[in-house]
Amino acid sequence: MTRIVVGPFNRVEGDLEVTLEVKDGVVAEAWAGSPLYRGFEQILRGKHPMDALMFAPRICGICSVSQSMAAASALADAMGLAPAPNGRITRNLAHAVENVADHFTHFYLFFMPDFARAEYAGRDWHARAAERFRAVRGAAAADIMPARTAFLAALGTLAGKWPHSLAIQPGGVARALEASEKIRLFGLLRDFRRHLETVLFNDALESVAALDSAAALARWAADKPRGDFGAFLGIADDLVLERLGRGVGRFISYGNYPQAESQFLRSGVWDGKLHALDAQAIAEDISHAWLEGEMRHPAQGVTRPQDEKAAGYTWCKAPRLAGLPMETGALARQVVNGHPLARDLVEHGGGNVKSRVVARLLEIAVILPEMEKWVQQLAPGEPFCTQGELPSEASGAGLVEAARGSLGHWLSVADGRIANYQIISPTTWNFSPRDSDGTPGPLEQSLVGTPAGEGNVAVQHVVRSFDPCMVCTVH
Amino acid sequence: MNERTEPFSMPASFNLLWLQSAGCGGCTMSLLCSGAREPTAALEAVGVRILWHPSLSEESGEEATRILERCAAGELAVDALCVEGALLRGPRGSGGFHRHAGSGRPMMDWVKEIAQAARYTLAVGSCAAWGGVAAAGENVTDACGLQYEGDQPGGLLGANWKSRGGLPVINIAGCPCHPDWVTETLTALALGAFGGKDLDSFNRPRFFADHLVHHGCTRNEYYEFKASAHKPSDLGCLMENLGCKGTQAHADCNIRLWNGNGSCARGGAPCISCTEPGFEEPGHPFHETPKLAGIPIGLPTDMPKAWFVALAALSKSATPKRVRDNAVADHQVVVPAVKKTGLK
Repeated sequence: MTRIVVGPFNRVEGDLEVTLEVKDGVVAEAWAGSPLYRGFEQILRGKHPMDALMFAPRICGICSVSQSMAAASALADAMGLAPAPNGRITRNLAHAVENVADHFTHFYLFFMPDFARAEYAGRDWHARAAERFRAVRGAAAADIMPARTAFLAALGTLAGKWPHSLAIQPGGVARALEASEKIRLFGLLRDFRRHLETVLFNDALESVAALDSAAALARWAADKPRGDFGAFLGIADDLVLERLGRGVGRFISYGNYPQAESQFLRSGVWDGKLHALDAQAIAEDISHAWLEGEMRHPAQGVTRPQDEKAAGYTWCKAPRLAGLPMETGALARQVVNGHPLARDLVEHGGGNVKSRVVARLLEIAVILPEMEKWVQQLAPGEPFCTQGELPSEASGAGLVEAARGSLGHWLSVADGRIANYQIISPTTWNFSPRDSDGTPGPLEQSLVGTPAGEGNVAVQHVVRSFDPCMVCTVH
Repeated sequence: MNERTEPFSMPASFNLLWLQSAGCGGCTMSLLCSGAREPTAALEAVGVRILWHPSLSEESGEEATRILERCAAGELAVDALCVEGALLRGPRGSGGFHRHAGSGRPMMDWVKEIAQAARYTLAVGSCAAWGGVAAAGENVTDACGLQYEGDQPGGLLGANWKSRGGLPVINIAGCPCHPDWVTETLTALALGAFGGKDLDSFNRPRFFADHLVHHGCTRNEYYEFKASAHKPSDLGCLMENLGCKGTQAHADCNIRLWNGNGSCARGGAPCISCTEPGFEEPGHPFHETPKLAGIPIGLPTDMPKAWFVALAALSKSATPKRVRDNAVADHQVVVPAVKKTGLK
């Protein structure tokens, strides 16, 4: 038995350190450590409630719109305010641009470069993967970075800038779109679609979104070269990535993209069957975090650092739903929403390195065509922002889906000031430490059985398959 | 940078090391939106070679720690050390709120050591420059910038610190900073075209800090007539009621633009002066303009109060109906009149 500490993890957002107990060349036990504390929940106390709109996006540079959406939703909840339809659609568009761009960035810049590593030099696909995906110098970067930048220009129009926009408001957005901008946005989406359909999928987005089983995906990939997604599927088969990083088998999604009557992606919990989400059953355990206090629902949560706590090994709390760790992310979202391909992948292999990556790219193909519809529903000339008053005593919750999964903000206001503000970010769920029962978090469980040691990058694949965002985790 | 006439000197290589401390990663994300060019390729074209960047490089774990050790020991030359995020000195001066993964060593110690070896050190974003959002509230983490703590010189490296290249920490402030502020500063350094005279009194590159956010603001006609917005999504000027500091904040956001065609004000949001030290604690809610006897406390830079009051009274009395009505609507309710004769 040897204990190794792995870190820093490059190409994850923020700082991550994983401690591994290795026996006979595989991980026997793992501990996920977040070695940075920033204290947003302490910073927000005592501030004017609307100041949350300034601070929240700055929790995270990669999912800042998601953080804004959660803050604006929590404030709207506290105000009893429903956004104007144009505001709702514009927010959905801004949020979807970020989420889609995040999946795209993760695939090309964070996940695929590991296959260019020298450790894989013996594989048939290595030379091509190295030429295309090598970190910084791969050919893909020259292709995809301008496309990404052009796509993110949608956020210049929708929200002024990205990241850290102040345009997202409880009642909608601070910026009404003009008819010409509606045209511009539609054009930007079509342009990005063209890029995805040629470079990433070599197929229509609708055909990718319609894949309904693992077998259909395999047939599709075998039919003809399928762009960079096809390259990943080939590598995934060769390395049997569907056996790597098996998760806890329980998936949570808060649902996303509110429509007039419902959400485009539904909320729920999947453990082989679909259950309604009971947000009251969420609680954060802090037995192994360098924090004081006890397990609480986030509406009553407390954040007080205690760096000398012997049982602590991270600044990350351990969120649990009805006492159980949950996996969250694109795979969870698509499984809960009932996508047949996601359901089939999970039924036959659970959450794993391959199914997590497939779900992200599948979600791009599902969401982008919807965004084209949403743009067309905008009605310039009609209101984009409803106004409301914030009571001096109030509470609210904002539950949204960031690219990486379920993101919740819980706010209480007393005497016109923020009395408490608690945040549970997606990676807090996925990279949570052990709880007081000693149950490890989702990543910690997923790493067990993973080959580890000199020259083995399997641990890197498992970690990155979750697309962790540590800066969110350690808000 | 502005007045040089000598030719640029293309470096054989100009090594860049990027470290992330207590921040959100937003300045890196912003950098990746750098115009039509792929930013790392654009930097490489002027000789900038990335030794390591936490979001972009291949090396992880021990390989990455080894690079940092070699940089600190001077075995690997660092021409530019870019630090993103505030430096956390707490708790109790230990730096324990941020230990760099894998080494268990406080990030502030890594930064101090490598800054001594680097030719130039750059604070990328307001957290690294002044402490920024990380230092808000009671500053429980004891966050500071590389060479400032808010607007006070000092910070992690001390007020009189200079890099081996003879410059103080270059503060590319902003929350986040604009991608071109980073690439253009690095390009100028690499080409030998950046010196002490190119920094303003807060050591920000003057090419963006010598402008005000107000310059190029599309709401200028509303500003001229003091036709003000009252609520989010109104078209009017955001200065009088909604907290906008664009007439005081040093940056070229409305000239250079963000993500193609945006800026905070163009997105309907006030400028919160995120390039200024201490912006995170303005002493008032961000969405409200603090006033004394109905007059904004924060008057435009270089403008005496009496002038502002007189001008505001005059311009308010002369506001065209079009400007007055549109200021409190979310789309133009009165469009500019079309003149029937040729313009003169």
